[in-house]
Amino acid sequence: MPEAIAPTIAPMPARERLETLIADILAEARVQGVTAAEAAVSFASALSVTVRLGEVETLEHHRQRGLAVTVYFGQSRGSASTADWRPEAIRDTVQSACAIARHTAADPYAGLADPERLAREIPDLDLYHPWALSAEEAIDLARECEAAALALDPRIRNSEGGSVATRAGLVMYGNSHGFCGGYPTTRHSLSCSVIAQDAEGMQRNHWHTVARDRAELETPVAVGQKAGRRALRRLGSRRLGTRQVPVLFAPELARGLIGHFIAAIRGVALYRKSSFLLDRLGTPVFPDFVTLRERPRLPKALGSAPFDSEGVATADRDVVSDGVLRGYVLDSYSARRLGMQTTGNAGGTHNLIVEPGSLGQEELLRQLDTGLWVTELLGHGVNLVTGDYSRGASGFWVEQGQVRYPVHEITIAGNLNDLFRGVVAVGADVDMRGGIRCGSLLLERMTVAGE
Amino acid sequence: MTTDTLALARQQLLAPAGLGEDALHRTLACLLGHAIDGGDLYFQQRRAESWGLEDGQVKNASHAIQQGVGVRATSGEKTGFAYSDEIVLPALLEAATAARAIARDGGDTRLQVWRSAQRLALYEPLDPLETLSADAKVSLLEAVDAEARRQDPRVTQVMVSLAAVRDTILIAGSDGTLAGDVRPLVRLNVSVIVEHDGRREQGGSGGGGRVGYGWFLDRDRALGHAREAVRQALINLEAVPAPAGTMTVVLGPGWPGVLLHEAIGHGLEGDFNRKGTSAFSGRIGERVATSLCTVVDDGTLASRRGSLNIDDEGTPTQCTTLIERGVLKGYLQDKLNARLMKTAPTGNGRRESYAHLPLPRMTNTYMLPGEHDPAEIVASVERGLYAVNFGGGQVDITSGKFVFSASEAYLIENGRVTRPVKGATLIGNGPDVLTKVSMVGNDLKLDAGVGTCGKDGQSVPVGVGQPTLKIESLTVGGTQA
Repeated sequence: MPEAIAPTIAPMPARERLETLIADILAEARVQGVTAAEAAVSFASALSVTVRLGEVETLEHHRQRGLAVTVYFGQSRGSASTADWRPEAIRDTVQSACAIARHTAADPYAGLADPERLAREIPDLDLYHPWALSAEEAIDLARECEAAALALDPRIRNSEGGSVATRAGLVMYGNSHGFCGGYPTTRHSLSCSVIAQDAEGMQRNHWHTVARDRAELETPVAVGQKAGRRALRRLGSRRLGTRQVPVLFAPELARGLIGHFIAAIRGVALYRKSSFLLDRLGTPVFPDFVTLRERPRLPKALGSAPFDSEGVATADRDVVSDGVLRGYVLDSYSARRLGMQTTGNAGGTHNLIVEPGSLGQEELLRQLDTGLWVTELLGHGVNLVTGDYSRGASGFWVEQGQVRYPVHEITIAGNLNDLFRGVVAVGADVDMRGGIRCGSLLLERMTVAGE
Repeated sequence: MTTDTLALARQQLLAPAGLGEDALHRTLACLLGHAIDGGDLYFQQRRAESWGLEDGQVKNASHAIQQGVGVRATSGEKTGFAYSDEIVLPALLEAATAARAIARDGGDTRLQVWRSAQRLALYEPLDPLETLSADAKVSLLEAVDAEARRQDPRVTQVMVSLAAVRDTILIAGSDGTLAGDVRPLVRLNVSVIVEHDGRREQGGSGGGGRVGYGWFLDRDRALGHAREAVRQALINLEAVPAPAGTMTVVLGPGWPGVLLHEAIGHGLEGDFNRKGTSAFSGRIGERVATSLCTVVDDGTLASRRGSLNIDDEGTPTQCTTLIERGVLKGYLQDKLNARLMKTAPTGNGRRESYAHLPLPRMTNTYMLPGEHDPAEIVASVERGLYAVNFGGGQVDITSGKFVFSASEAYLIENGRVTRPVKGATLIGNGPDVLTKVSMVGNDLKLDAGVGTCGKDGQSVPVGVGQPTLKIESLTVGGTQA
């Protein structure tokens, strides 16, 4: 049927195929004389479509393979990777890793995760919900999403398009302690970005929804309308004069603040003494009503994983409770350097949840009273060594709990240490679209620079 | 240099799979069967390594090989894309079938006869990974570490990384393009932490280009980065909180040219202007800067990180004038957007890899020098900020608002550079920031070769540069209101 649009995404290889590859890599490493080795093999395929002003703009088929190995000669290590799964490529890749390991210095902390910490059972976390989406269906959904934004208001005059993407992947990890585990995942998303225009100029904004199961996505119309409303409400943006004010971070940005917090308690930042949160374990870092939990095994969640990227079993824990820092974010290497135990965070964190407060957005704006409600940030002005924070912002000026007008071309600045201690409220309006779940955060005070 | 890079690319990418020109023709013919007005194949092999030092020892290093072929079909404004990490004929045909699915009606686009464009030779087609032995790489990193620690007892941590990439590419297009390139790229980065009286600060420096590792040994470059990183960190130890508000800003030469990249360059990329989504859309011929400002994007500078002999669509790079004496002159184009805007490509079609679609992207973007002595520029400011080093930046091309974050800055008081201030983000509006440029220095400098630009999730190496600039008013995002 040559006239038809190519169907769905490429099929995944059998799990056994990846297990065999892991076994082959570890066997090759043994042949080459290593004392220990670990390997990861991955496969992913995806389909993505963007429709702009009603017409297909891009239709992309993705299919990606990966193979990575780390070998140890005593305490010296080397790593290598390739996308090629043929036996000769495996041999060459292991060889490259070995060649490197012969030149790196012995590191007493290097090595595989301790065997007793490896996941013994691998629960099914319900992360795989493939979507048999044809390109035609994807185009229709993207079109419906964009059309909902364009139909909202005549001032929405232009678009960067509506997009739909579906991705399925399989990752397998194994090491010479005998661990070998893997699991398939899916991730689907719908997004829309449109431009509103009036006599003063153009403003762009977007919205997206993402889930492991397509049934949990927001509807195309809801996504399009949110994108459209977000662009419209930016029209007529003004600047602000320089001042110090309380600031309310929208949930999708509050998540980013928690991300900075996490980056500062990662093992690598701590053992390098390059974090503003050094030596703070067991001390208050937030006000006492703030609790931050890690829940790695939530079914269907975007950040879920039964084990981390070195095979260590994940487990529930409190990172912050009653405002006090209870644990760091460590892998085996950084844990050994700090004289601690891994927290199962090789490769990152898994579902961080800031315990929601009771107030919704309206109530938080009332509590803000007079100040800045930030809905977008620009730039990367965050220094994790000192905690200094200064970024471009846009949002709304609020007086007596009422939104007065949109603002842009301003910066907000402070020090993260003070900002975290100065959290006044956590919202109930949790953004669920990622590995960090957080409601709005109301902060006591930041410096706004503007006119 | 007369090395035939196309022959090298053929030998490396096509020969192992026994692919000849007939296979390229067959794949393109398969792609074009269905009302597709153009298409291309992008073969790539990337070999990369990176070596990292911390605690005075090289403990981590990795090697990576990535290869594949991207197949693209275009029909009007539509693009279909698929790729394979196996360079074999069946995979090529499968990808072509998937990519052409954007068009359903029959068509009659003909394949053009191969033609090769004039070739630039801005760098040697060498494999930088092989330009130094493993032992010598380790020694280099250790020497950089020692140099940094020797500078000052307050240095507590030194992290050094050394990385090299060799990209071999071959492009075959239905428009007759047949071109190859071998692109070396190396980079050294030094990052230090200093500590004094319980206060910690960081400093960093790095550089590189399309050269072998020998570049770093030459003229003491690697050790120079060690000293520079420590110098910056020690200055930050003395820094006081930055001011907040709108004031006169003097930007130093070189890397502060990231201003031009964010405020101007992105907004002039062809895709945004074809779609009318840029704050610069439809403004060619208008005044967007003072007459002191001429800004170009130049992919033809020898050995620079942002330079390319050909872009990723096989178009030779060029020097494109973006702003001439204050007037907006041109956009940066890839083939698709040039065709849709009925203009010529400018050699700015770039992609992160075979697994990504080409987009209009910058190469080396800089402002031409003016007439003022930099000292005279600083002396002319009563109260303001002198910013000489930056981290990254970002722009919203639709509203035109951009930011870039200073990592080394000083107050100017009564015409003199006084206290260092903590890093602050600067924010402005792209279409009018250069209308506030009142002095341009005679000290044009390009950056040391560290820039990476992100767009639509794709990263590509770029360069920036500028002379010392005085901007009459710009908003400085410090904490001292």
